[in-house]
Amino acid sequence: MTSAGSGLTVLQTCALSLLVFTGASQFALVGAIAGGGNPLTAAAGAFFLGVRNAFYGLRLSQLLALPRAVRPFAAQWVIDETTAVALAQPTRRSVRIGFTVTGLTLYVLWNLTTLLGAVGAEAIGDTDAWGLDAAGPAVFLALLAPMLKTATERAVAGAAVLLGLGLLPVLPAGVPVLVAALAAPAALYIEGRRAPKPAGRMKADNDAPREDR
Amino acid sequence: MNIWIAIGATAVGCYAVKLIGLLVPVGVLERPLVKRLAALLPVALLAALTAQQTFADGRVLVVDAKVAGLAAAAVALLLRAPFLLVVGAAVVVTAGVRALTG
Repeated sequence: MTSAGSGLTVLQTCALSLLVFTGASQFALVGAIAGGGNPLTAAAGAFFLGVRNAFYGLRLSQLLALPRAVRPFAAQWVIDETTAVALAQPTRRSVRIGFTVTGLTLYVLWNLTTLLGAVGAEAIGDTDAWGLDAAGPAVFLALLAPMLKTATERAVAGAAVLLGLGLLPVLPAGVPVLVAALAAPAALYIEGRRAPKPAGRMKADNDAPREDR
Repeated sequence: MNIWIAIGATAVGCYAVKLIGLLVPVGVLERPLVKRLAALLPVALLAALTAQQTFADGRVLVVDAKVAGLAAAAVALLLRAPFLLVVGAAVVVTAGVRALTG
């Protein structure tokens, strides 16, 4: 939606939403290109951001139990929002309905708003003056907030922020985010070493029901 | 042209990882470590990206109107505002601060 303000054409902007259809990767690609980064490095960063959709797919494939032939068509809709909606459903039937309705609705709306945004942005000119450059990080923040439930998640987020900002001036575009992602396995390693303690085990038990949904 | 190649590479790569997740055998996910990592990776990625998009101008760290906008978004989130209102608050406050200071 904000990409037309950063050097991409309307066609390129719309192609992104149609073909990539995973917001964080789109924003990352556009942001890195706008920031003067190498387009291929930008693509690497965007790709890595899309990797989390593989983990969503792991969970969704259990819940949806789709026939193999249908999976290639369902795959394009494996994103944050469809996962969030699908995981909240009580039965397989409602999981499938939730996934399909959310996927279809978002796919149509996302591409329509991309087109309107891209055409509109060309008419508006400088999107920064309208504060639209704050929309990207605000979207991330809104997606992130519900995930920060326990101390582990907050610690991972804090460490990732420090790594992402601290390494930004010294590493090529896209790479600091890859390094920041290491905060996740690092936190698991530390958590694993603490696991034998009673407190650690209690927390794991509390987490269990939420994980299963 | 380079941008088109980047778009193509991103599209193919992002579709591939989406599909891979759906095709992985169910048994792999049963491992608790895989579950935890799957839950924590988006947290790290989104946190780093949020911070970068708020404070980074290219590869330089800056504090500008966006910081006020993101603070407004954070307040809206604490007040359990709906998604669009959170994003709207960030946009409006950022534009407002720019109009006042610029």
